[in-house]
Amino acid sequence: MFYRESGDFKTSYEQDSQTFPIKFDRYRYYAVLAIAFLVVPFVINDYWANAILLPFLIYAIAAIGLNILVGYAGQVSLGTGGFMAVGAYACYKFMTMMPEVSMFVHVLLAGGMTAIVCVAFGLPSLRIKGFYLAVATLAAQFFLVWLFNRVPWFYNYSASGQISAPERDVFGILITGPNAPAWATYMFSLIFLTFCALIARNLTRGTLGRSWMAIRDMDIAAEIIGVNPMKAKLTAFGVSGFFIGISGALFFSVYLGAVEVGEAFGITKSFLVLFMVIIGGLGSIFGSFAGAAFLVLLPVVLKVVGVDVLGWPTDIVAHFQLVIVGALIIVFLIMEPHGLAQLWRVAKEKLRLWPFPH
Amino acid sequence: MKDMQEGYTTADGRKIGGVVMEMKNITLRFGGVVAIKDISFDIRQGEIRAIIGPNGAGKSSMLNVISGFYVPSEGEVWYRGAKRPKMRPYEIAQQGIARTFQNIALFEGMSVLDNVMTGRLGHMKSGLIAQALWKGKAEAEEVANREVAERVIDFLEIQHIRKTPVGRLPYGLKKRVELARALAAEPKLLLLDEPMAGMNVEEKEDMSRFILDVNDEFGTTITLIEHDMGVVMDLSDRVVVMDYGKKIGDGTPDEVRNNQAVIDAYLGVASD
Repeated sequence: MFYRESGDFKTSYEQDSQTFPIKFDRYRYYAVLAIAFLVVPFVINDYWANAILLPFLIYAIAAIGLNILVGYAGQVSLGTGGFMAVGAYACYKFMTMMPEVSMFVHVLLAGGMTAIVCVAFGLPSLRIKGFYLAVATLAAQFFLVWLFNRVPWFYNYSASGQISAPERDVFGILITGPNAPAWATYMFSLIFLTFCALIARNLTRGTLGRSWMAIRDMDIAAEIIGVNPMKAKLTAFGVSGFFIGISGALFFSVYLGAVEVGEAFGITKSFLVLFMVIIGGLGSIFGSFAGAAFLVLLPVVLKVVGVDVLGWPTDIVAHFQLVIVGALIIVFLIMEPHGLAQLWRVAKEKLRLWPFPH
Repeated sequence: MKDMQEGYTTADGRKIGGVVMEMKNITLRFGGVVAIKDISFDIRQGEIRAIIGPNGAGKSSMLNVISGFYVPSEGEVWYRGAKRPKMRPYEIAQQGIARTFQNIALFEGMSVLDNVMTGRLGHMKSGLIAQALWKGKAEAEEVANREVAERVIDFLEIQHIRKTPVGRLPYGLKKRVELARALAAEPKLLLLDEPMAGMNVEEKEDMSRFILDVNDEFGTTITLIEHDMGVVMDLSDRVVVMDYGKKIGDGTPDEVRNNQAVIDAYLGVASD
């Protein structure tokens, strides 16, 4: 009923190319933002922050980053875990080297550092594509984890080989370390997620996004009509690395607090983020959110249903979870290869016509 | 009739200008196969130049040489009075050469509008940061280029499918969208590789009208490959005929039609 574009006339191209062309969508978006910024911080507790909200926010940033690379530019990457590790270690080094600088700067710098590393590992994409590129990025994954394990300078020669985030505050409010309040860590991550999502949206609706998608859909034709393939691919790697680095930095500093690189940023992390992107929907910012929410919530929901409601033993539920996630991924790939974002799109199409079927 | 510098006047009274592009002794080899052998011809400002020939004559290869996808093994390409150095295809596109493809090469995952807007890439200069911030420079540039794209969309009468993903369109419309993408670049030289292949009569008539209109309204120089002889003879000002990689005829449609080598190539030679 309310979900209509009729009567909502666009009189300029600015209006026509805005993010939410339908009025109802626009208000829903403002409402979500208002709730996220003004309501959630007051009701949040440690459980919600650490089990659901922080991982969702941080993985959503990583998923947006990977979606730009895989979904928009069509360059397959299995190096996400390694690139997140670059963000984490860069953030750690910046935090310990320049303790007086704001955390915002540290996280952004970590993103920038990851962008540089990501571009370097993206160079093979100029020559190879598809599976072969995936293998090249897999090499990045293993190399980076090895590097952070073996070179003591990266973990400041600590005896355990781990890095742990020193306590840092923003405007006098602690956001890292065990004493940081839940709402502060939540707000800090939320600000970065909002920032990243806006940038990603702006980039993908403009010139750069079109050149990425052109390379994805038909790279030879794209080059002949004037897309510089080197620039398009490397900017995709750079922008993607920037977001993934930010998420790695937050994952380490705000969420985990202490990190052992092989455990936190191993190959399973790369696959987890890739599954988020695939389940959420390739080539969709909303899909990145949906995929992150889905894979963060699923274990929590399964645990609540299995352990708390049905009273099953924890280990059985944990095993079930692996089976269900695996099965769901297969089902998704077969039934809806465009992911949750496509389901959402179809639902919106139907809503626009409701209550009529056509 | 054809003065090298001054150009000429066509039968229907249009003024054709000087040489835009000149192919000088182009030879193209793939290993031992000679696809194009020692071909020279020129394309003049404002004319519709056709390249015809039987299957496998090397027409598409010729177009690929012009658009820079193939680098000729021998010979020189002269564009707007200068010899073309070794360049990547996208740099050549940015010099004002746009093309369509024989097997449609649209970006299937994008909307018609986005496809047409990719044609404008060479005209959009705002940097990464400006685009990330969007408001201001990037948006102004987007709107300015959108206006050009919309004029082309208007011109080719595809307004109604603007927001449709290209993958959902029927063949005839895809061909038109591809033409729109090429036109959006405001090319100086437009290359059309079989713009009417696989179309019915009505669609061919539409496409012919668009090609003539483009040439007439924008003054775009057009080079096209086409198999439908009726269309070629009607549309084009001058025709190059190729067979087995060699040039066997060059001239106005009437001259070509009466050329014995061309007749032999198309109809076969009677063996005594």
